[in-house]
Amino acid sequence: MEYKDTSDIEISLLLDAVYKKYGYDFRQYSEAHIRRRIMNRLTLSGLGSISQMQDFVLHDKSFASLLIQDLSITVTEMFRDPDFYKALREKVIPVLKTYPFIKIWHAGCSTGEEAYSMAIILREEGLYERTTIYATDFNQQALNKAKEGIFPAGLMKEYTLNYQLSGGKESFAGYYTSSYDMAIINQALKKNIVWANHNLVTDSVFAEVHLVLCRNVLIYFERSLQNKVQKLFYDSLTNGGVLCLGSKESLRFSDLQGEYAVLDQKRRIFKKKYE
Amino acid sequence: MKYEAIVIGASSGGLNALTFLFSALPPGFSIPIIVVQHVGSRSDSQWIDLLNDKSKLHIKEADEKEKIEPGHTYIAPPNYHLLVEKDKTFSLAASERVNFARPSIDVLFESAAEAYKDKLIGIILTGSNADGTAGMQKVKACGGLAIVQDPETAESPLMPASVIANTAIDYVLPLENIINLLLKLY
Repeated sequence: MEYKDTSDIEISLLLDAVYKKYGYDFRQYSEAHIRRRIMNRLTLSGLGSISQMQDFVLHDKSFASLLIQDLSITVTEMFRDPDFYKALREKVIPVLKTYPFIKIWHAGCSTGEEAYSMAIILREEGLYERTTIYATDFNQQALNKAKEGIFPAGLMKEYTLNYQLSGGKESFAGYYTSSYDMAIINQALKKNIVWANHNLVTDSVFAEVHLVLCRNVLIYFERSLQNKVQKLFYDSLTNGGVLCLGSKESLRFSDLQGEYAVLDQKRRIFKKKYE
Repeated sequence: MKYEAIVIGASSGGLNALTFLFSALPPGFSIPIIVVQHVGSRSDSQWIDLLNDKSKLHIKEADEKEKIEPGHTYIAPPNYHLLVEKDKTFSLAASERVNFARPSIDVLFESAAEAYKDKLIGIILTGSNADGTAGMQKVKACGGLAIVQDPETAESPLMPASVIANTAIDYVLPLENIINLLLKLY
């Protein structure tokens, strides 16, 4: 008789428990990634097995919250992948300029650094006043941080370099106020950003938008879930709208590949064809 | 053939070591090879093309969801962790650095050990940090074969020495002998 790997069963049961109890659905995330995050939490917890963790997840809300945070990746930067933001300025901004008002959906915005980067570009291009950015994430803790817009001052040197490499010509220091070891994003950049809790796995379309940015989120999903979320983006975009993915993400395996024209293959920028 | 995949971790001095290794492996070498080489977060992938030019194997950057094929060598893209799934495809993760590194050798080795169990060969080459030590422990725990570049022959001895100090290693060898061993094993 051949047995299945015990930890495979335990991980599957644990994810079931998280979903059934709290509604967060990680069941179609990439297994190797999820396993790593769960094993890290297991080590930190001092518990003896994943099954024991499941007991805690079901009966201890604060433990469950820790695990759910572990399973959510919040790593981001302002102007992450400067080449992408350069291409955004050169190839996407001209498309946006044709609209009298602009709606942008930043899906999986985490702690907001990239939503603020977008706000800076729009302001420099004279588009910010007629734009609404919907910045969404399922991680409420990350969203709360994003809303505050307060980042460690120590990161600003790196972000300034990113900004300059992305083609930024202004003084980056003009976009925040330093206070002790913190950098506080200017209020003017916040006013047209709507922060909202939205889960790509379980929630549906909420607005028609001209631009969807979702970078380094789909890499954590299995192919079937990637396809489902791609459909969500497609349904959210207006005809001629633009989809921006992470630098290692593509439409290659998506059923919708043929429905987009390529604006920039290397930077993963696609334009929805007219139906 | 007992082994189904080889994972290699290298840090400082790794470009020379990898160039030496991949110049020597013959075109028929069919076991897929998966490499994490520490590079700066702003580095591009040009060195992969250069390495490919010098090799008789097909060397490319690993894509997410890509199927791992015999005769191919895959390199982790800069700024992403590279993981192996049990269905022998790749996943990428833009999560926190591990051992100050992204890609991290531990992340690749640990996931590959889960996927390939005792059909995996782990190789740690030159480097000046301790990334790869936990990964190699996992390779051994899953029954895989552990090979480490002899620190005395490595450009930076720290990384191989750290693995040797913390794991029961099967072979500690200079690069030339690692190549000979691989040719015997495949």
